[in-house]
Amino acid sequence: MDAIWLQTLLLADSTVRLATPLVFCALAGLLSERAGVVNIALEGKMLGGAFAAAAAAAVTGSAWIGLLAACTFACALALLHGFATITHRGEQVVSGVAINIVVAGLGPTLADAWFGQAGRIPLPGSDARFAPIELPGAGGAPAIPVLGPLYAEVVSGHNLLVYLAVAAVPTVAWILAKTRFGLRLRAVGESPEAVDTAGIGVEALRYAALLSAGLLCGLAGAYLSIAQNAGFIRDMTAGKGFLALAALIFGKWRPVPAVLACLLFAFADAAQVRLQGTPLPFVGTVPTQAIQALPYLLTLLLLAGFVGRAVAPRALGRPYVKDR
Amino acid sequence: MIRVLGAVVLALTAAVSTAAAQKFQPAVIFDMGGKFDKSFNEAAYNGAERFKKETGIDYLEFEVTQEAQREQAMQRMARRGADIIVVLGFQNGTPLQKVAAEYPNSKFTIIDAVVDLPNVQSVIFKEHEGSFLVGMAAALVSKTGKVGFVGGMDIPLIRNFAFGYEQGIKYVNPKAELFVNMTGTTPAAWNDPAKGAELAISQFDRGADVVYAAAGGTGIGVLQAAKDKGKFSIGVDSNQNYLHPGSVLTSMLKRVDVAVYNAFKDARAGTWKPGRLDLGLAEDGVGYALDEHNRSVLTPDIVAKLEAARADIIAGRLVVKDYYSTQK
Repeated sequence: MDAIWLQTLLLADSTVRLATPLVFCALAGLLSERAGVVNIALEGKMLGGAFAAAAAAAVTGSAWIGLLAACTFACALALLHGFATITHRGEQVVSGVAINIVVAGLGPTLADAWFGQAGRIPLPGSDARFAPIELPGAGGAPAIPVLGPLYAEVVSGHNLLVYLAVAAVPTVAWILAKTRFGLRLRAVGESPEAVDTAGIGVEALRYAALLSAGLLCGLAGAYLSIAQNAGFIRDMTAGKGFLALAALIFGKWRPVPAVLACLLFAFADAAQVRLQGTPLPFVGTVPTQAIQALPYLLTLLLLAGFVGRAVAPRALGRPYVKDR
Repeated sequence: MIRVLGAVVLALTAAVSTAAAQKFQPAVIFDMGGKFDKSFNEAAYNGAERFKKETGIDYLEFEVTQEAQREQAMQRMARRGADIIVVLGFQNGTPLQKVAAEYPNSKFTIIDAVVDLPNVQSVIFKEHEGSFLVGMAAALVSKTGKVGFVGGMDIPLIRNFAFGYEQGIKYVNPKAELFVNMTGTTPAAWNDPAKGAELAISQFDRGADVVYAAAGGTGIGVLQAAKDKGKFSIGVDSNQNYLHPGSVLTSMLKRVDVAVYNAFKDARAGTWKPGRLDLGLAEDGVGYALDEHNRSVLTPDIVAKLEAARADIIAGRLVVKDYYSTQK
């Protein structure tokens, strides 16, 4: 019984690690899409963040400077995205894809030029990474039955950015639901004309939304390159930005359901890792290929059967033109 | 007059042809994972660099980052008149089949695949023999009797690593348990350290205390996870002991560097021959790494056992089966 409980906890632990970048990105997508800007560039902004974090951390040896660089660079990309889509009313998806492509090429190219490691940035030492944090009392906790191991394995022992992601969920949900800024942000995604009529700047609001999204993407990128892993490599986001976008739609553009969707995707991935090569009762050992298709199958099934109609923010994807 | 002219022309052509002979142009095409993957491709890079240092002859190079580039890269090297084109990785086998037929006058050496054409040399390593030895080392240091294996892409070549590894483990401890995980089924699996770390951690969670990574760039994540969790890891292809001294137990060496160097050297000397080369323990094509970074963990006692097994395998007293023979 204890062994099964421990395995369950370790699975949960792995889920938390894998969900962190998805959660950051889904929240980023939430902020910008609820403000009416389609953010297909989550992938590129996260990759940019990962690159900047690794580059800065490799040069300075400080994880904090890496984090700062990641957020700055991702925000700069967000400004660029905003400049194209808000100021110049460009097509949002096209400019987003452009950002993805530019970053995918720029990162490895600059890394090659600066570090001469063929697009890879290795980190020099352990100070350049966010180390796991042992919460108080975690060492003795496993002695307490049931809840003790839960505390020691799942709650304690993650790095700072994981806890930041946990804190970001209620914060973003609260900002959207309870603050004046959140109300206006939602309004600008549904009916920018009404916001404009009320005398509030549509463009400024959308810029603010994109910038906060950029900040969150930067955190996701930093997590990938200087917390979960040690260094930057080509295409290291591996589609996580798109997965987060899917989770956002899956969660019908609401914070808590979107985060739950992220957890579901991460859980499927974690389970997939553990199921591989393990003989299952009645079935025997399932081929790797079948196991690895599991998360995607699960997504398809859920999207087809359980979600129902997802209604996007009404002004999503439409640049605001004042004098129509 | 005509005779003089003829002599001049003759002399000129001779001069031109010696100039061409001096302009020996080797080329190497790296596989996905990149030339600084600290593993398979980096070994090839080191071999090419050694040739460059010794002879002063620079080489053409290309790093494949997309499937579509494989054929193009080979064709471009052939068109540029490279005298020997070394191609890395089993996935280049099929494209090379086509390109080598299109350019019958170019010489190709492919590593990790067999292409049966008159202008192709195929170099195959007996990974199972080297993996057998590191499997023994893993079983000898394991306290839990459970060890892990993280492969890159799920292909017969990587299964062959795991197969030899398993035999080595069972040779030392028949009751030992082995967890085998593959990172993926596409070439992206060679470059996903996050997934590699996650797989390694899942094996540590199940009780493994040594993990062997045969996964290209993905292995960097595996080695990092072992270091973070205070477990042992085993590197692959290149000597990876220095990455985390004391945590990397040893590395299964696959002398891709020697294969690349020899291909360049033989082609230059004119002794290059097409056909198949099988490099195992006897040919020093595979082995395990022992240096100042792992001497503290790979004790003389373990080394003595590994050396005894090595001698037995070379002498044929101990037979390590390969994965391919079980599949027919």
